Amino acid sequence: MLKDKDRIFTNLYGIHDWKLAGAKSRGIWDNTKALIEMGQDGIIDAIKESGLRGRGGAGFPTGLKWSFMPKESDGRPSYLVVNADESEPGTCKDREIMRFDPHRLLEGCLVAGFAMRAVAAYIYIRGEFVQEAINLEIAIQEAYEDGLIGKNASGSGYDFDIYLHRGAGAYICGEETALIESLEGNKGQPRLKPPFPANVGVWGCPSTVNNVESIAVAPEILRRGEGWFSGLGRPNNTGTKLFCISGHVNKPCNVEEEMGIPLKELIEKHAGGVRGGWDNLLAIIPGGSSVPLLPKEICDTMLMDFDSLRDAQSGLGTAAVIVMDKSTDVIRAIERLSHFYKHESCGQCTPCREGTGWMWRVMQRLVSGDAEVEEIDMLINVSKRIEGHTICALGDAAAWPIQGLVRHFRPVIEERIKSRKAARAA
Amino acid sequence: MPTLTVDGIEVTVEPGTTVLQACEEAGAEIPRFCYHERLSIAGNCRMCLVEMEKAPKLIASCAMPAGDGMVIHTNTQKVKEGREGAMEFLLINHPLDCPICDQGGECDLQDQSMAYGSGNSRYHEMKRAVAEKNMGPLIKTTMTRCIHCTRCVRFATEVAGVEDLGAINRGENMEIATYLEQALDSELSGNIIDLCPVGALTSKPYAFAARPWELSKTESIDALDAVGANIRVDSRGKEVMRILPRLHEDVNEEWLSDRSRFSYDGLKTQRLDTPYVRKDGKLQPASWSEAFEAIAAKLDGLDGAKIGAIAGDLVCTESMKALKDLMDLLGSPNIDCRQDGAALSAVRSGYLFNSTIAGIEAADALLIVGSNPRHEAALINARIRKRWKMGNFPIALVGEQRDLGYGHEYLGAGPATLADVASGKHSFAKTLKKAKRPMIIVGQGALSRSDGAAVLALAKKIADNFDLVSDDWNGFNVLHTAASRVGGLDLGLLPGEGGKSASDLLDGSLDVLFLLGADEIDTSKLGNSFVIYQGSHGDVGASVADVILPGAAYTEKDAIWVNTEGRPQLGRRAIFPPGDAREDWTILRALSEKLGKTLPYNTLAELRAAMIEAAPHFADIDVVTPAPWGDFGVEGATEDSAFVNPITDYYLTNPISRSSRIMAQCSAAFSKVKTEGTGTNG
Repeated sequence: MLKDKDRIFTNLYGIHDWKLAGAKSRGIWDNTKALIEMGQDGIIDAIKESGLRGRGGAGFPTGLKWSFMPKESDGRPSYLVVNADESEPGTCKDREIMRFDPHRLLEGCLVAGFAMRAVAAYIYIRGEFVQEAINLEIAIQEAYEDGLIGKNASGSGYDFDIYLHRGAGAYICGEETALIESLEGNKGQPRLKPPFPANVGVWGCPSTVNNVESIAVAPEILRRGEGWFSGLGRPNNTGTKLFCISGHVNKPCNVEEEMGIPLKELIEKHAGGVRGGWDNLLAIIPGGSSVPLLPKEICDTMLMDFDSLRDAQSGLGTAAVIVMDKSTDVIRAIERLSHFYKHESCGQCTPCREGTGWMWRVMQRLVSGDAEVEEIDMLINVSKRIEGHTICALGDAAAWPIQGLVRHFRPVIEERIKSRKAARAA
Repeated sequence: MPTLTVDGIEVTVEPGTTVLQACEEAGAEIPRFCYHERLSIAGNCRMCLVEMEKAPKLIASCAMPAGDGMVIHTNTQKVKEGREGAMEFLLINHPLDCPICDQGGECDLQDQSMAYGSGNSRYHEMKRAVAEKNMGPLIKTTMTRCIHCTRCVRFATEVAGVEDLGAINRGENMEIATYLEQALDSELSGNIIDLCPVGALTSKPYAFAARPWELSKTESIDALDAVGANIRVDSRGKEVMRILPRLHEDVNEEWLSDRSRFSYDGLKTQRLDTPYVRKDGKLQPASWSEAFEAIAAKLDGLDGAKIGAIAGDLVCTESMKALKDLMDLLGSPNIDCRQDGAALSAVRSGYLFNSTIAGIEAADALLIVGSNPRHEAALINARIRKRWKMGNFPIALVGEQRDLGYGHEYLGAGPATLADVASGKHSFAKTLKKAKRPMIIVGQGALSRSDGAAVLALAKKIADNFDLVSDDWNGFNVLHTAASRVGGLDLGLLPGEGGKSASDLLDGSLDVLFLLGADEIDTSKLGNSFVIYQGSHGDVGASVADVILPGAAYTEKDAIWVNTEGRPQLGRRAIFPPGDAREDWTILRALSEKLGKTLPYNTLAELRAAMIEAAPHFADIDVVTPAPWGDFGVEGATEDSAFVNPITDYYLTNPISRSSRIMAQCSAAFSKVKTEGTGTNG
């Protein structure tokens, strides 16, 4: 269990002052100049060494991502774009950071932006996050007034601006290239890759899109040393992570924990255990709505990190743990997620536009049992025809929950079809 | 130059080529819906997926740049599955209404589902239905059939330069629409019908008219403007059913303007299908011999100076040559092919679009004078826009201020501004000076004025002062609006020694006036002149005629057309002229015999030989023979008045379009000045 001294997010629950004075008292903006004096390569190397992997879901090594940015400008400026469009069902960690610890994000923007030679950071915040946007706006004002950002940011001699941009509430705008499109004022539809944002990003300039949490933890890693961060967690899955635990637990909560913590321990220690006890557990979606669910027998021993969950054919995603006890109609639960992806598909490319609706309609019939057993295989086949065939990962995200359901709960589905048939015959 | 392997075949391609193009180079066919060479890459249909070694997923070949050492497979099971999947997804919400769909028989979706589909359906849910959109009188929509390839959206925004089309809503509710249910306000809108790979956007006038396999397809040349767009005339029996563009990289690429595409119903109405002779003040049907006799009687013993002839806008070069020779035999110097009074002389470089249409893409500055290319030559305008989109192409306009579909600097309205530029006083003069390949386009609006020759001289001065003409570049361009004009000038249809020009021929001073398809003329002062009209449609010219000789329209004869660049192209007969109407040169040949001045050719080949003798470049079909720089224009005083564009209504510029119901609808929808409502005007 993570010791209090190792916590990065010391105001996760908003019990302290979130404004500049309070932030400074928690060590934020403490000699940021010294961090910048590490130099661009120094910062990137330290982040690489720390083993920090992107906290937005895909788990791409953050330091490596930063190193893709051009070291010499060809005349175009570089930009840091912060993805604060947190919309994955079950996920609510970035919201808490922006609400209660906005300065931690801003300091991260400066340090990360400097490391990738960016002239400015754009924070693209989800439209529904009203209070968070207000708090961030105030924090940005405070930081400018205190000389922490802007011209000669934090006395480092580096000029750096931070802008806040509010989205309009589309899930797809959390996809990095759709976010860029939306930031530019276009319809939020993912772009084709290549070219990648590090080459052609926002307004055609080199850009890096990072999750709020990835950016917010960076200054603390540099301050305490990469060795401290890499000493936490498990190899290749280092550091601390915010977990969002929701669903059928006694005390739903956000909590910062060490990577690789056993799932059972996470839930029992922090969320007051599963409603009705661990034995009442049916399944858990371990990383936000898009990853396949895990049945209880896997959850018993599951470790919460990228590689362990990948090996169990699921994923850490955003570490949004959705707990379902035995009162859950698991088919109906996945059908609801299926509807979400159908609703949020941007409509640009064929498999996702047409396939998400198809899958949802079949799922609806699986809920009521008005289907044939063979349709389960067909559904999986359809999901495979979406997965990996689309422009962005939304197609994959729509396919995985259904694949997870069939993988672990096929007998339940078949049983429902059979009993429905029997009921109709009678 | 990247070298990659496609299905075991090694190909080397230009840098910047996509994998899809490389596959085609290697002979592997890649199915596609959204990809189109002339549009930006969307990569959304996912039909072109191929397998690339070392890539975890299939890649969209249209969007992937070809890289050195790539190993591509296009015929593996994985690729087959991918295509089958994309095809299945496209079809689940596509109505299977092929029997009542106008795209049937030429539908990409139909063809590719035969080739790459799975043959059976697994989709048992309800299909999506989408409300029709109103896109004006030309485009019929059946949006349920739409597969969201966005070709139409990309064409409208990129090529046509109108941002009227877009995709609204999200996911499976996405719809292609003009946001405000407006008609697509572009002269190139018809091209989205060709671009649409399914039957979502079809031709409204052609709706339910024919099936592609019933049509005879004739490759020909458009004659409704001076671009010389390459067309395919689809006909059934004696009817032209539709007109489509044909690929010609140097002229129209693969586009066609709306007027050229949709005027074909005008070929069936207002036709002159029998000779007429005016008796007792009324035009009455007559036989050919009666008509010829009436003419012969009138011309008998008449001095050549009392006879004149004007050639109109839609006249083929063959008939103009015959007319010119006939007038020579009759001893008349009074002949003119410039019915609009443009001050053009016989110096060829002084009336050609010397840069050529494709040459626009090499230019680096442009001055437009007295022209709205969007209306006068929509396809040339598209080329200008294409060049403008590449960047670093300053464009300036002198004349009427209009939305041209690309950014430009407006310099002024009339010759005074032009004189400022010519003398180097104007700031745009510096831009022209700096440019390596500057261009000037002079429209008929600047030349069809009483001071036209002086304006032409000013334009020439600009060309000389700013090095528009060099060894490998000629930036001086005249933009014509009539398909016949350059051919007529090439064949010398200009007043001879002491001859009268068009406006003087119309002042009633002649005894006999021969109008060869001349309709855009002022007939109010004709007085007692005996008028012979030869042409295809009953328009202005025919209404004042004393004898009417029914001719053939451009789809009804084999003819050479010379476009504004000076490019001779072969038009071919798609259908026969109606009734007693005949191919125009044969009428003149028959008439000459009746008059005892027999023209020295009995066949089209002999006539063409005579034309080649008069203008050797007629022998080089589809070749632009560069014209040597010469002396033209007459320096002199210019007037203060502003240049006025020659076209007031894009849809009604010629007798065929004026006879077209479709064009009338377009005119009502797009051209009419919106008058303020009074509350009682409906």
